[in-house]
Amino acid sequence: MPSESLWTIFINASLVNNFVLAYFLGICPFLGVSAKLETATRMGGAVTFVMLVSSICAFGIQLLLVAIDAPYLKLISFIAVIASTVQLVEMIIKKVSPALFRALGIFLPLITTNCAILGLALFQTNKGYSFVQCIVYALGAGAGFTLALVLMAGLREKLELAEVPDVTKGTAMALMIAGLLSVTFMGFGGLGG
Amino acid sequence: MASPTKTSTDEFIKGLWRENPVFVQVLGMCPVLAVSNTALNALAMGLATAFVLIMSNIVVSSLRNFIPKQVRIATYILIIATFVTVVDYVIQAVSLDLYKALGAFISLIVVNCLILGRAEAFASKNTVGQSMMDGLGMGIGFAFALFCLGAVREILGAGSLFDVQLFHDTFQDWVVMILPSGGFFTLAGWLLLFNWLKQRKERKAKTAALALGGEVA
Repeated sequence: MPSESLWTIFINASLVNNFVLAYFLGICPFLGVSAKLETATRMGGAVTFVMLVSSICAFGIQLLLVAIDAPYLKLISFIAVIASTVQLVEMIIKKVSPALFRALGIFLPLITTNCAILGLALFQTNKGYSFVQCIVYALGAGAGFTLALVLMAGLREKLELAEVPDVTKGTAMALMIAGLLSVTFMGFGGLGG
Repeated sequence: MASPTKTSTDEFIKGLWRENPVFVQVLGMCPVLAVSNTALNALAMGLATAFVLIMSNIVVSSLRNFIPKQVRIATYILIIATFVTVVDYVIQAVSLDLYKALGAFISLIVVNCLILGRAEAFASKNTVGQSMMDGLGMGIGFAFALFCLGAVREILGAGSLFDVQLFHDTFQDWVVMILPSGGFFTLAGWLLLFNWLKQRKERKAKTAALALGGEVA
């Protein structure tokens, strides 16, 4: 596994094994904030950024845990680090760019409970990626998440104008679209090995 | 003593049906979709989540007067993570096959919004007994919903239930049901059913009210 080329890792994480549509990670924000294109793009950006930071942190923690021989602390330390990373990112953005902070609003704290972030940290340790591979993997996963979110938002914006039966309104419809998107993404199978 | 018992039973029942975490509140979607490709996986995942939910509810509720408000979310997450680690190691010890099938999703129980949601919305405000019943009801409701999904996907996708072949050899498997997209479709189907039931009930109530109004007039 660790001998995969960086390009393969990126394509795998973003398209073939898309975090949202193939691994079902981060479904809550996927369904929750995909109603508008603009918010979807911003959310995607925020998630990608946190993914990158927490991926780097997780790599360091894994080294430390292996060194002190305490693998059972993995989960607890990962989640604690992710929660504090999100908090830290929130504070930095607030200080540096209040405009961006207001734009992201409630989405930032919500990222803590986004399983895509923790999933990324766990998968990269399971696969035993090197430092550079971890960064590429995080970028790919973030790109895939953003892509899925934006596609979904575009579809749902169009759907607002369509006449659908009463029963299918809301989550049921969103899930059916997600299913179709997921079928589409299966077409990427085999790309990048 | 009659009223507290009744309340606990109510807490238990509401999680099962009226406020079912999956079908009504649409919480904790990630594991629901990811591991419901067979009935067995779904049931195991549901029970693991139920266990974590009950235990974290009990602990959060018994510590609710000691946890400072500012750091409560972080504290809840650490409590939940502890129990998830326990479950992770127990499953690994009991059945390695199951452990491999569920993969990272056992660890991902930590970020199941259902568990954190119950800790924040219920266990932090109620007594230990009530919180336990709430956790039990929600947990079983969650496991039940997962099983519903897993059973449909396994029956249609592999023509079997709990690895027992149900149909004749000529049955053509709906492979799409086992694939990720099948999860979305099956859940959408269940939600449609629940929406339809709800709307029918409302319509009935409305016609009943109208009929009553007509008689009065």
